[in-house]
This record gives sequence, C-alpha cells and structure tokens, in this order.
Amino acid sequence: MLLAFDWTQLAQQIVIGLSSGGVFATLAVALVLIYRSTGVVNFAQGEMAMFSTFIAWSLVHHGLSYWAAFFLTVAISFFGGVGIERVVIKPVERAPVLTVVIVTLGLFFLVNGAARWIWSPEVRSLPNAFSTRPIDVAGVAFSIQDLGTIAVSLGAVGLLWLFFRFTKLGLASRAAAVNPEASRLVGVRVSWMLALGWGLAAAMGAVSGMLTAPALASFDQNLMQPVLLYAFAGAVLGGLDSPLGAVVGSLLLGVLINLIGTYVDWVGTDLRLPVALAVILGVLLVKPTGLFGRAEVVRV
Amino acid sequence: MTARYGPVTALHGVSLSVGEGEAVAVLGANGAGKTTTLRAISGAVRRSGRIAFAGQSIARSSPEATARAGIAHVPEGRGTLTDLTVRENLRLGAYTRRDRAAIKEDEARVFGYFPRLRERRDQRAGTLSGGEQQMLALARALMLRPRLLLLDEPSLGLAPTVVGEIFRIVGELNEREGLAVLVVEQNAALALEASARAYVLEVGKVAIEGESAALRRDESVRRSYLGY
Repeated sequence: MLLAFDWTQLAQQIVIGLSSGGVFATLAVALVLIYRSTGVVNFAQGEMAMFSTFIAWSLVHHGLSYWAAFFLTVAISFFGGVGIERVVIKPVERAPVLTVVIVTLGLFFLVNGAARWIWSPEVRSLPNAFSTRPIDVAGVAFSIQDLGTIAVSLGAVGLLWLFFRFTKLGLASRAAAVNPEASRLVGVRVSWMLALGWGLAAAMGAVSGMLTAPALASFDQNLMQPVLLYAFAGAVLGGLDSPLGAVVGSLLLGVLINLIGTYVDWVGTDLRLPVALAVILGVLLVKPTGLFGRAEVVRV
Repeated sequence: MTARYGPVTALHGVSLSVGEGEAVAVLGANGAGKTTTLRAISGAVRRSGRIAFAGQSIARSSPEATARAGIAHVPEGRGTLTDLTVRENLRLGAYTRRDRAAIKEDEARVFGYFPRLRERRDQRAGTLSGGEQQMLALARALMLRPRLLLLDEPSLGLAPTVVGEIFRIVGELNEREGLAVLVVEQNAALALEASARAYVLEVGKVAIEGESAALRRDESVRRSYLGY
C-alpha cells in the first residue's frame, strides 16, 4: 500500500495547497495590519477585496489587460482604503473596541450592498492571469497558474515587508501601531499612520481578490466570504499580531485543507470550511497566541 | 495653564518659564502635577491657558506639532519602542527631519555620549537594561535636535551610578550645546543640583519658585523635599 503511494500527486496537491494558501496569506496579512494598529479584526476586509475585484473586472471589461487592471486596481484600492479609514474609522478612533468591531460589521454590509447596487448580481469572470498550460518540474506536472499565484502573493507580501523594514514611513507606522503615545512625542502623525495601514490592507486584499477570481469559472458578490474565513483561520493559526505568522499560518492551512480534502474521502470539497473553523477553535483552545504571536502582557 | 484628565483637573493654573539654554527643575510630591505639567506643554493632555514656545503659541498644538516645533519630550517610563532596535529608535527620533547628512552626524554624536548604545545598536530595545533604555530615550529625544528637552523622572527605578551618569550627560548638553532643559524629578537634591532655577508644585499649583541654589538652603524646602 505504502509503496503504491502516488508521490507525484502529493507534490501536486501541496503546490495547489500553497497556491490557495498564498491567496489566504495576502488577505490574512491585511487582517493582521489592521489588528495590530486598532486591535480589531476588520470583518469588512473580504468585502473590500471583493469590491476591488469588481473594479478590476470593470477595467478588464473596458479593454484593459489583466495585469494593467491588476496594478491599477491595487492603486485605487489603496486610496479607497485610506478614504474608508478617514470617513468611517477616524470618528471612532478613540471608541471602545466593540464599537469599532460593529463599525466594521456595518462596513461589511455597506460594501456588499454597494457592490450589488453598482454591479448587477449576475455572474461574471476574470481572464486567467497566467497560462493554463502545465509545466514540467522534475518529472511532475504543475499548473503555471498555481505557481504564478504563489509567486504573486508572496511577492506582494515581500514588498510589504520591505516597506515596513526599510523605509522611514514603514518604521513610523510600526512604531505608531505598538506605541502611539511615544510615537506622537517624536512627531509621528499617528492618525495618518492608521489610514496608511488601511490603505495597505485594502491593497493587499485587492491582490487576494484578483488572484481568487480568475481561478473560478464565475464569481459574484459573495466571492471573498469563504476566503476571509480561511484568511482569518490562517492568521489565528500564525498569531493575529504577527505578519510572518499570518503568512506561515495561511500557507500551512492552504496545504492542510487541500491534503485533507484530497486524501480524506468524506471531507472532499464540501467540508473544507468546517476544517478551517476547527483549526481556529483548536488554536484558540490550545495556543491562543498562535504559532508566532506574542502573549500580551498587561501590567496591573 | 490648567490641564485636565476627563473631569479631573490636575493643574490649577501653573505658570512657569524656561529661558533659552536654561535648566529648570520641577519638584513636588506624588500627584502634585509634575508629569501633567510636561504633558500639558507637549500637548499629550487636554489643557487650556497660554503656552508659548520661541514666540509662537503652542497652546493648541498636538504632540506631533510640538515635537516638530523643537520640543523633545522623554516621557515617564521612557517610552522606548521595545520591539524596535536601538538604531530604529534613533531613526524614529529624527522622523521629522529631512537632512540626511546631519542625521548621520547626530547619530554619531549621540553614540559619542552613550557608547553603550553603540555597542547594542542592532539589539531590540526591549532587551536593554533599565538604565540603557533611559539612555536610549534621551538619545532618541536628542535626534530631534530639540531646543527644549522635557525630562520626566529620568531617575525612576535606576541605580544611583546610572542616574549620576544620565544627569552628568544632561548637564553637559545644557552647558556645551545650550540645550534648554525642563526636568521633573522625585529626587529633589539631584534636580536642584542639576538646575539653575526650580519650581515646587503642590496639588496642581506652584507653591515655591526660585534659584535652585537658594532653594537648597531654604529651610522649608529642605524639610519637605530634601529630607534633612
């Protein structure tokens, strides 16, 4: 039995899992960005990503190529995210966490409703970002689409890391997220750093939406809801306050649910979402800080 | 100026001044309003009244704006960013500045004052000792190239030798570089030695003010604050 194991299939399934994990990772990083600075999970993150994907669809519909639409949408989403923070979040900046959570829930329905109002609820599709041909690596056939998705999502996360690690603005926004009081005293405009975080989160979400849609035969306004759950599970697995953890957690989750779906017959494709929820529950019970998160120390 | 935390008024009309290049101390018991005085100046607490710096009113300025105007505030508890490295903390101190070359020079100058920070420049600030973190907080404030330095309880929780070193460096900055300093201290003897003038606060008001040398000889100040 063991000898007959199909290693080729395993390798293929791992790459497929990494590809979906990469998509989760971009959205998970968006969640972490906002969680670190405001202490709440932005429930509207998936809907914002869906809205961005519809913008991309409109651009492609008006004759732009996929990649032109991709980069334009990322830019539009960045400014959209900044705008949302200024209009909706800034007024509740000093409010209790629960208030902000409810605002993001409201934002969920607002963005979803706006997308239904602007784009009629018919199904649509985005062209493939990559060639659909398979590519042969060491005798195993992988899909270029999957490899491309992994590359783009990790590339986006990597660019974000470079920004935070090596630029002055990135340094200031890291400082503002951890210690707003002290950051103000050195002249950092903390409130704008929050807006910057929302902009970057929206841009990352746009990447994840635009990588999700082409892989599907068709999509509608509910496109990102399962992805948000997977991203949340990935972020919790890695530690909600750790960007690196969110990426590792999402990749692990992507591989895990794909392997379980492939090799455990009764899970199939239908039960993948419950598996993700089981991961959230398991992590919260066993290690609430996740793989890379740090326990918050409260001084009494 | 007066200042309040929500419904609680912490300062009831405190009036004080710091001259160009002058070192001034603010003394007083716990809860007298020393920290609030500094926070009111830098805008970290709601305040009213007149506050002017270098001829400009800063009574309505946010902390971001007072920092940009040239006031560096080293808060109580230091406010070092423990997740960032020593170097990153210093770069953050120079956040409002655009003059790259001068920032490089200042970094070298600050490392000259605090050689121990140079040794630990790539360590996370959270791994430093309390004394080193206080030095880092001071060094970060200097990276702003301030005209006025607000120091809140620099001696808090530190060993006497470290406190001595920090006050020696602050004194040097004041004398050699003409940096104006407003220092809040629990340790009155130390603060009076390091300053030219001093204010004693009592429940949100200035109770006594004068030359530090005179206050050191003053019978009532000695009994209440110096303990001998």
